[in-house]
Amino acid sequence: MNPLSLLAQLGRTVLQTLAAIGRVALFAFGAISHVFRPPFYPREFGHALMNVGWLSLPVVGLTAVFTGGALALQIYAGGARFNAEAVVPQIVAIGMVRELGPVLVGLMIAARVTSSIAAEIATMKVTEQIDALITLSTHPMKYLVAPRVLAALITVPLLVGIGDIIGIAGGYVVAVQNLNFNAATYLRNTVDFLETKDVISSLAKGAVFGVISATMGCYYGMDSGRGAQGVGRATKSSVEAAAVLILAANFVLTGIFFSV
Amino acid sequence: MIRMEDLHKAFGPNRVLRGMTLHVPRGTSMVIIGGSGSGKSVALKCILGLIKLDSGKILVDGKDATKGDRDAFLARFGMLFQGGALFDSLPVWQNVAFRLLRGSLMRPQDEAREIAIEKLRRVGLKPEVADLLPAELSGGMQKRVGLARAIAAEPEIIFFDEPTTGLDPIMAGVINELIREIVTEMGATAMTITHDMTSVRAIADNVAMLHDGVIKWTGPVAKMDDSGDPYLDQFIHGRAEGPIEAVR
Repeated sequence: MNPLSLLAQLGRTVLQTLAAIGRVALFAFGAISHVFRPPFYPREFGHALMNVGWLSLPVVGLTAVFTGGALALQIYAGGARFNAEAVVPQIVAIGMVRELGPVLVGLMIAARVTSSIAAEIATMKVTEQIDALITLSTHPMKYLVAPRVLAALITVPLLVGIGDIIGIAGGYVVAVQNLNFNAATYLRNTVDFLETKDVISSLAKGAVFGVISATMGCYYGMDSGRGAQGVGRATKSSVEAAAVLILAANFVLTGIFFSV
Repeated sequence: MIRMEDLHKAFGPNRVLRGMTLHVPRGTSMVIIGGSGSGKSVALKCILGLIKLDSGKILVDGKDATKGDRDAFLARFGMLFQGGALFDSLPVWQNVAFRLLRGSLMRPQDEAREIAIEKLRRVGLKPEVADLLPAELSGGMQKRVGLARAIAAEPEIIFFDEPTTGLDPIMAGVINELIREIVTEMGATAMTITHDMTSVRAIADNVAMLHDGVIKWTGPVAKMDDSGDPYLDQFIHGRAEGPIEAVR
């Protein structure tokens, strides 16, 4: 291949990527600005709260409880190599609250909520329902996007908090039942070891991951191509983008909260 | 009432509108005909601001359609979409009363529901349909609900995008008749796009033939059959031979 055409191709890809980042950033800014500007749609917001928050509870709970249990087993087995089995409560707590809780809940939300938002909005676009909304004097950003982003901003930190507690509880059950830890000591060690900063970072990550999940679902839904293929591509791209952004944001936020 | 002047719109290299000019007088029913991909839907969507024009001017009552209060402008319009475009998550009555449940035309919920049921009755649907979801309706019923939604706020201007596409001939006839009756009794200005010649004869006061992004012929429906325009002649008689290429 001609080196010049290779360079041109590289340049095109870079420009396309930058343009895509710009479009997503503008969309996210627009979505967040519409959250604070009337008119508001409380009914849509209520539905979004149910869908993002309440209906995600089972999957978040199951993910957290199994992760907490597995973490306790791993730490116990790993700690046994250098006689440090006693650190199970502390490491489970810190691992769940600082990292695994927010990241796994974020990823589960990306899988469950981002995909459903993207598929729903993309289908609405393909079937001209978005056009119909506009002709009925209703701004799609306000009616479809703002309620979902706000609902995710509020509910995902709560889900992360619940996930943290359930994860720690999963570790507790495994440690007490299978590994013969003393229940009261386990709980005291957990509570004593966690700091306020750990909890705040967990909830803050949840809020950021929530906004990322909802925004990506809405963006790819609104940007969907035609037909079933367009809906499928929008759904797939939204989950990919949300998952990667959640992991990247997690790295950045961890750096901000815990860099020494 | 609606004046389109020298409209141009391209999607990449595909120039869909290439200087379309058309006038729709107040209180008349204009039907735009033309082959698939001739730009009929694009023209309609440009008027509503759903698609941005590259150049040209759209005037509604002498005022530029792209300027001024958007909500007030759209409140004057009703639109029946090709596939109905009903909101899946809302029951039928809330679809019909969508505009009456929010925004500047907001009414109390009971009143909005009553109006919705009245409009459903007007399009031949029973009140029991009001609480069903759109997915529970047949294609013809969905079209009727779409029609009820289009007229719910008593708009001055109503657009119909392929109103009979996908319907059997009897249901198509029912929809055509309903459109004609409603437009007449409301005194609304109507613009319909279709390639169904039965619809054209049932609905139109005036007809415009769109081809290659420009209006090739426009005039009263009564003069359509002896227009002498080769494009219109070929289209209304469905001939494969003529100036319009059969394979596009």
